[in-house]
Amino acid sequence: MTLLFRRTRALEAQIDQFLDAVSEGCLVFEQGIADYMRGDRESFELRRRSIGAYEGKADSLRREVETRLYAESLIPDHRGDVLGLLENLDNVIDEAKRTLSQFEVERPEIPEDLAPDYVTLAHASGEAAQHLVLACRAFFRQITAVPDNIHKVYFYEKEADRLADAIKRKIFSADLELARKIHLRYFCLHVETLSDRSEEVADRLAIYAIKRTA
Amino acid sequence: MGWLFLSSGLLLGWSLGANDAANLFGTAVATKMLRFRTAAAVGGLFVVVGAVAGGHGATRTLGRLGAIDAPAGAFMVALAAALSVAFLLVRIGLPVSITQAIVGAIVGWNLFTGSRTDLKALGQLLSSWLLSPLLAAALAALAFVATRAAIPHARVHLLEVDAWTRAGLLFAGAFGAFSLGQNDIANVMGVFVRVSPFPETTLLGPFRASSVDMLFLLGGLAIATGIATYSRRVMLRLGSELTSLSPMAALIVVLSSASVLFLFGSPDLQRLLRAVGAPGWPLVPISATQAVVGAILGISAVRRSGIQHRVLGSIALGWVAAPVLAALIALGGLFVLQNVFELPVRAQPRPVAAAPARVDAPAVPFAPARSAAVSPAVR
Repeated sequence: MTLLFRRTRALEAQIDQFLDAVSEGCLVFEQGIADYMRGDRESFELRRRSIGAYEGKADSLRREVETRLYAESLIPDHRGDVLGLLENLDNVIDEAKRTLSQFEVERPEIPEDLAPDYVTLAHASGEAAQHLVLACRAFFRQITAVPDNIHKVYFYEKEADRLADAIKRKIFSADLELARKIHLRYFCLHVETLSDRSEEVADRLAIYAIKRTA
Repeated sequence: MGWLFLSSGLLLGWSLGANDAANLFGTAVATKMLRFRTAAAVGGLFVVVGAVAGGHGATRTLGRLGAIDAPAGAFMVALAAALSVAFLLVRIGLPVSITQAIVGAIVGWNLFTGSRTDLKALGQLLSSWLLSPLLAAALAALAFVATRAAIPHARVHLLEVDAWTRAGLLFAGAFGAFSLGQNDIANVMGVFVRVSPFPETTLLGPFRASSVDMLFLLGGLAIATGIATYSRRVMLRLGSELTSLSPMAALIVVLSSASVLFLFGSPDLQRLLRAVGAPGWPLVPISATQAVVGAILGISAVRRSGIQHRVLGSIALGWVAAPVLAALIALGGLFVLQNVFELPVRAQPRPVAAAPARVDAPAVPFAPARSAAVSPAVR
């Protein structure tokens, strides 16, 4: 029995580590935005580096898992779906890393009254990503729990849409230069995009889950 | 000369191994759940074990249908079955089986030699052709429904399900190969039982093998050779045709069809069923191919993916076409053997006084085909 599952267990552990990396990366994203809004540049810089490390770890784990799935001809009927899932999930943490990098490069000046709104938006986007990771874990271990988590992804994506819309309205009704308004809207879009990516992956996952139970 | 007559049976065995083993391991090998080498080794080993350990039951039924008692007759019956299967399966593409062809060829021998056809045995064989795919379909449908309901709640990692399925496919393939050897050795070597060229007893190390055991061992090895040499391409073709079948569904198909083969081939199971008061199944050779097709149709019905009426029609057509063609080839071939090559296709009637001496003999010894005399029974 041990022999039968030895290779399987190692690969299971790698998939779990990949999901951990994505989840932790998205938590760091939320904290990074909060640090930036507080003006704590030192802490923000630590978060930015940290998310880069998580993204790198997720990338290398994904490649290892993909190689082993193909090399050992594992799960032939769901291999394509699993690979698609891992690659799209990797795009989510890439998006989080890119957003923090944009903050670091462009250093947008966020008005004080808007800062808490950006933090709330980052939290909603982060929650969407966290529930996506939970849905992915369920896909591997408990397929019946996938819909429970997917509907939360959709909920937080809509919440992020609503918050982003409110922020943009505030921006464009404020007494600011147009260039700054556009710059602030641009960062609102950046923060919101994490939830959009999560929703895209959740859409795919819903189909994969149906295929597994059909 | 006597050994040469066995060649048609060996050809039949090789063909059975090349085609029917693909039903057992096709999806697993095509989807790379199992390596071909592993499948061939396991399949070859268990088919030989099944043939030697339990091939007697179904062979007895086939023997009742037609008591072929001349080596040349047995040769032509096996050859007619092999040729008809090769023509219908390869050229026409009908899912026919050696089982149906051999029955037709034996009836052809009966007609040619004027021997009586045991209608009860024929009835058992014909009903089993209908019953075996239906039974396989019912078993597969039940197992599929149960598995589909259980797996989502099992909280087992996808990769662990994969590992279990992989192990299950190997086990099911081994079980299927054992059942195939047990059930279908009758098709391959059944007609040679009365004319076996082997001595009454052969010592194989510590084992003592009867003439029939040796015949079944040889037939099993022919099937195993078919698996090792030619089944790979059939497996890959079958696997690509059945791509909609998931490994789990493939496992259910193999287990269901192997169970049906076992049910119709195992003397031990028959004894057990009778001991507990259950109806004893007749031990008859059935078609592994049609059991597999039946199981696939059972799963299709549950998935509501549509039953292909064309497939059902081709199975039914095979039930008629294979035995009729085999019988016709057997009639023609026996005529040529007897009248052109002057070989006796049935045993010479023996003088009345000599008859008691042969009553206990298990097999008519291989007589050199010197006699040019045509059997009075067929004149």
